[in-house]
Amino acid sequence: MFKFYMPVNVASHIISFLAALVLLTAFGMLVQKRIYGLIRLFTWQGLFLSLNTAFVGYVANKHHLYISALLTLSLKVILLPYILHILIQRLKIRKEVETIVNVPMTMLIGIALVILSYHLTAPIRELSNLTTRSTLAVALATVMLGLLMMITRKHAVTEIMGFLAMENGLFFAATSATYGMPLVVEFGVAFDLLMAAFIFGIFFFQINTAFDSLSVEQMARLKEDD
Amino acid sequence: MIFTPDFKLAVGPIEIAAASISMLFVVALLAALLKNSQRLAITLSFFLAAVASLLSVIAGIWAVGSGTTNQIVLLIGLPDLPFHMRLDPLAGFFLTVIGALSFFVSVYSIGYVKGYLGHRSVTSLVIFYCLFLAGMFMVVLADDALFFLVSWEIMAAASYFLVIFENERVENRRAAFLYLVVAHVGAIAILLSFGVLAGFAKGPGNFGGYTFDAMRQAHFPVEWATVAFLLAFFGFAAKAGVVPLHVWLPEAHPVAPSNVSALMSGVMLKTAIYGIIRITFDLIRVFPWWWGAVVLILGLLSAVMGVLYALMQHDLKKLLAYHSVENIGIILIGVGLAMIFTSFNQPLYAALALIAGLYHTMNHAVFKGLLFMGAGAVIHATNERNMEEMGGLIHHMPWTATLFLVGCISISALPPFNGFVSEWLTFQALLLSPSLPSPLMKLLIPMGAALLALTGALAAACFVKAFGVTFLGHWRGHHNPHAHEANWPMRLGMLMAALTCLGLGVLPTFFIEWMDVIAEQFVGSKLAASASIHGWMWLTPVSYHRASYSGVIVLLGILIVISAVYLFLHVKPGAIRRVPIWDCGFEKINQRMQYNATSFAMPIRRIFGFLFNVREEVNVVPHAGHKAFPKRLNYRLRIRDRLWNWIYKPIVGISFWVSRKVGKLQQGRIQIYLLYSFITIIILLIFVR
Repeated sequence: MFKFYMPVNVASHIISFLAALVLLTAFGMLVQKRIYGLIRLFTWQGLFLSLNTAFVGYVANKHHLYISALLTLSLKVILLPYILHILIQRLKIRKEVETIVNVPMTMLIGIALVILSYHLTAPIRELSNLTTRSTLAVALATVMLGLLMMITRKHAVTEIMGFLAMENGLFFAATSATYGMPLVVEFGVAFDLLMAAFIFGIFFFQINTAFDSLSVEQMARLKEDD
Repeated sequence: MIFTPDFKLAVGPIEIAAASISMLFVVALLAALLKNSQRLAITLSFFLAAVASLLSVIAGIWAVGSGTTNQIVLLIGLPDLPFHMRLDPLAGFFLTVIGALSFFVSVYSIGYVKGYLGHRSVTSLVIFYCLFLAGMFMVVLADDALFFLVSWEIMAAASYFLVIFENERVENRRAAFLYLVVAHVGAIAILLSFGVLAGFAKGPGNFGGYTFDAMRQAHFPVEWATVAFLLAFFGFAAKAGVVPLHVWLPEAHPVAPSNVSALMSGVMLKTAIYGIIRITFDLIRVFPWWWGAVVLILGLLSAVMGVLYALMQHDLKKLLAYHSVENIGIILIGVGLAMIFTSFNQPLYAALALIAGLYHTMNHAVFKGLLFMGAGAVIHATNERNMEEMGGLIHHMPWTATLFLVGCISISALPPFNGFVSEWLTFQALLLSPSLPSPLMKLLIPMGAALLALTGALAAACFVKAFGVTFLGHWRGHHNPHAHEANWPMRLGMLMAALTCLGLGVLPTFFIEWMDVIAEQFVGSKLAASASIHGWMWLTPVSYHRASYSGVIVLLGILIVISAVYLFLHVKPGAIRRVPIWDCGFEKINQRMQYNATSFAMPIRRIFGFLFNVREEVNVVPHAGHKAFPKRLNYRLRIRDRLWNWIYKPIVGISFWVSRKVGKLQQGRIQIYLLYSFITIIILLIFVR
């Protein structure tokens, strides 16, 4: 079988570039105010992730990563955005996404988190000899940015977007740190994610009917007062 | 249950004890199955429980009598941590005490619990009664920390459900909750104590240290041994109701069904005494003298405070509950003295003190059981717990009155009954303190003897009040008395307890010889050598010249006096006449004007009032505008435990304050919760990477 061997240097540059795109979409999601825009960004992030996975599989000669890439593509680029679209249409969400902390501040915190991630993964980068080792910091940053997004947004749908972005980061971390998880685990995680999306969807309908709103601030009313 | 086979002897005492426990579990199951035929369930279950208790008594008497120690490893428990059971003379002694009272109370219950028929289902009462008995038996038989704590919790949980049996009243639920809280705080302390001991037994990280055998072999550094002792003592004191941890006791005991109160007060508290003796004399073995001083001082405090609180009570069962605090104090005086004498290396005196404590343990179990059974019969007959609403019951319930009187005499430490013997022995032990090398102890312990004497006198006063107001005089209540005598099983249970009181009081030398092996094992000296040197009739704890007591001769003397008085008064016709009370010409005298419990306790309340939170209110509604002619007079008296305000209220306040502060973390907003995890992750990543 014909196999084209790419110089390691070039391969690592391409991987870094894709990682940068993932990080860029993560930042984009942090500042994006419109909900359709968020979904679009999430789709892009999934696409970059999928491309990256496939490319890593090609470079490292791990064929099961192709399947991972396909799985990512079908789930995170096609299925989940589609579900979210339907969800938003059914819930008739028109409003812009409200944030608790203003956008420049969120950006600054995000940048600090990226720097922190690079600082934290420095010892690992020195130990590892994988082509993808430089992207571990990006993966960690993506996880943290996802969590940050969940903290700074008020709307329930953006919470799930943050959650999905976090999962993207985790998947990315798995690819970059160890060339992906065993396929069985990956299938399991993908399935869990799908389930989570469905369950979130059902919950949102319930919350919407109960509170006439999807702002998670309303849920503070559930707290038992003394 | 499956046992590892013992090839030498097919059936030993421990097998009998294990059979008794298994039987109780089976009876609990049986009671659950007999849910639909309550009358049969009561008779059968309590009969079988009585048989099981009798088996335990046999096992206990055998184990103490032969002085042997048997061990078995059960095939249940956690993986690699099997349960160990061990029957040594100390366990055998407590098995006998618990079994004997359980036997009396089980017989009594056959009659007593039938009183609930038609009112409520008694299935839960029967089930938890059996589990409660099994739990107590297992506590004294347990030979590892795990089994001990499991049994301890079974006992606590079962008794909680028994306390809450009549759960429709708020005060019952409150009392049960208080009991559960105190029991668990105590259990945590005991758990920690065992943790310390097990850690030093085989080194931390080795689970083999959890058996008592491993702890017996170990050597503990004195500071850690102190930690373990203080924790264990705190835990057991909470169970025993030592002042200031007694608050649950006067709440929980009165609201439980009376047969359960009898067991809780009579024997459940004793498991704590067992625990204290087991941990100090058997597991830790070597201890400084001040441990004994702590036990002695708290014992004295409990004895005096307990009896003073009891005097202020008008609720018959509450009064008895406070007397449990007092008697636990008296037992702890004996145990504390034994510890002091042991650490100063005076084994004979230590043996005397320990035997005094154990003897009082046995006595208190029997007479307090008897008194609670009697109180149960009275409450059963009158539907009334307040003594101020009783009176003259001796005419309606002669059996109960006589048997209750036996209990009263016993608890007041009057010869010829059993309370006298053990309190007298405790006195002898207290008066031996001049032999101690520490001048401080020499001076302070005789003061303890004075306090014990005060306790005895106050207890006698209290039972004059309890018996007099309840059974003598005329009926004080508002509604007409329809009091009826207790039924036969109840009478039988009380009668057996009363006869045991007499036996223990008249023939102490036999019992002391029987239980001497415990003293020999733990303090290294026998008491019987000196105690019964002048034959079985004379009890001479140290020497004949110092002090001696013969229950038989005292009994004979009392019998002669009583029969002489009887002959003098009753044989001659016309010596007794029944006439109306002389009313000083007032002519409107009624039964509410009798001397009652409040008036009886009043002088003592005046003297010791500073110990209580007393509030007295007198409201006079004058007739025709002049105070000299009251139309109506309201008197209200409220006496509260000061310790509740001093110790417990602040603790409750602090817990609520802390909870409220911690509750601030719970904002109910999802972002805040996410922020907590986010910050935690960041901090962990930075510091633990």
